[in-house]
Amino acid sequence: MRHHIHHVHPRYKKRPWSQNQQTFAAALLLLSPSLVGVILFYLLPFVEVVRRSFTDAMGRRFVGLANYQAVWQNNAFRIATANTVKFVGICIPLLLGTSLALALLIRAAGPKSRPFRSVFLLPMVIPVASMVLLWKVLFAKAGLVNTLLDIANIEPVDFMGTNAAFWVLIATYLWKNSGYDMILWIAGLDRIPVAQYEAASVDGANGWQMFWAITWPGIQPTLALTALLSLINSFKVFREAYLVAGAYPHQSMYLLQHLFNNWFLNLELGRITAAATLVVLVLLAVAGIILMIWRHIKNI
Amino acid sequence: MKKNRFLFILVLTILSAFTVWVLWFMVMGALTPKDELLATISPALQEQSAQKSTWCFLPSWPTLQPLAELLLDTPVFFTMFWNGCKLAAPQILGQFLIAAPAAWVFSKIPFPGRKLLYMVYLVLMVLPFQITMVPNYLVLDKLGLMDTPMAVILPGVFSSFPVFIMKKGYDSIPNELLEAAALDGAGPLRSFVSIGLPLGMPGILSALVLGGIEAWNAIEQPMMFLKSTSNWPLSLYLSEITVDDLGLAMVASLMMLAPPLLLFLVGQKYLEQGIGLSISSSSNS
Repeated sequence: MRHHIHHVHPRYKKRPWSQNQQTFAAALLLLSPSLVGVILFYLLPFVEVVRRSFTDAMGRRFVGLANYQAVWQNNAFRIATANTVKFVGICIPLLLGTSLALALLIRAAGPKSRPFRSVFLLPMVIPVASMVLLWKVLFAKAGLVNTLLDIANIEPVDFMGTNAAFWVLIATYLWKNSGYDMILWIAGLDRIPVAQYEAASVDGANGWQMFWAITWPGIQPTLALTALLSLINSFKVFREAYLVAGAYPHQSMYLLQHLFNNWFLNLELGRITAAATLVVLVLLAVAGIILMIWRHIKNI
Repeated sequence: MKKNRFLFILVLTILSAFTVWVLWFMVMGALTPKDELLATISPALQEQSAQKSTWCFLPSWPTLQPLAELLLDTPVFFTMFWNGCKLAAPQILGQFLIAAPAAWVFSKIPFPGRKLLYMVYLVLMVLPFQITMVPNYLVLDKLGLMDTPMAVILPGVFSSFPVFIMKKGYDSIPNELLEAAALDGAGPLRSFVSIGLPLGMPGILSALVLGGIEAWNAIEQPMMFLKSTSNWPLSLYLSEITVDDLGLAMVASLMMLAPPLLLFLVGQKYLEQGIGLSISSSSNS
């Protein structure tokens, strides 16, 4: 028993054993509904996904690494992976920067800027399905954006049929998530003690010096959490892309989500399970690396 | 300083045009008669068009006719609106019943292996739907739940995102409070009900608002797990409307927006507070 107690939180060390047992029973009671569901709907079937990635589409015959080979050699998989990595790599830093700028702007503008918080949060609430029509009207060849460009005497752009589609998707993501991230930043910025800025300004520091010496280190924990939530939201742009451009959009915005979607509808279970296993492995590896080099993320 | 503030407000006002205009477009679009819509924005929706789309700040003849048409002559709209509610409401309720206690354990009741388990939840939270739909599908198929509303509801109920947000809310409750309660003889269940639930409410509410928006918004889940159109929610109906029903599409889009917008207007204080909470407590856990 000594050995067991050793691992327990210090707060519980001095308690009598029965109370510890009571605590454990309570934890089990409160946690188990969620845990059972997570195991049943996510973890157990994931084991099956990994098993199936080594079998044929029916899940019966063992085929070794054939599925992985098929996935790796698949051209669509390569394009989709490259696009997805590129998308995440560009949109997250852009979003973090934009929303931090918004947050600083709101704070600098004083108490009168309060209503703007809600205004910028609005896009998060607007359902994708409601946006589809507007999106089409804006970015079609004969759409409103091109009408505007025409007035400004700029050549019209075929937004959905060229590489511009990728940037339209980035813009959509920024528009939708800036407000949410801005609220996160504001909360993070509020945590930095005002006294630090006052001391720095007495010492004659200017705005930029204060930002790099006080604000930037102060918002590191916020950065970790905001980046994580932004990543989760970045996967959701598939909805916009899918509803506007269908299952096979312009190549520049063909994401891994499209690929999974199409394989699933074609019931290519062999390939899809192998690809899912690969994606999870890569995500876990990346998470592990980030965890090792960036201690702030431990607080998440 | 005063001058700067005015300048900042000006910049913010210009930026907010991006979001306000969208809302304006949708409300005005729903009040615009069909022939005006056809003349102004329909060129954008046609494959080949010699014309360019235009847009007017106000409709020249505002009308409620498309709205009346949707509400009176389109029974399928009601069915799908109701379907959407039937998918979203149980998810919110389930998330409250299941995630709220689980998050309390992750925040306040330590046990060996808790950190590792929490990491598993975090990983599941990050995975996009297109990854988790494969294991989800395998289970739903085995349980014979495919093509029933439960196929969308159950995976949503056990989503780990609300657990994460609610835990963040609980984290801001000081441990001293719980120790004091324990000294007064409150057991761990008692302190969850009388301390955790009331004090963690901003976090819980913000998780539920986010979950509700997410459920109402769902496209992929019903598309993948519901084959028969009789179960389809409004979000899928909207993506099927064509240019011929432009007026109808405009009004339906606005109706789709109405529930989350109302939820937002009522709960925005909690939402902002709750989103903020997820930050303010991240350093003392």
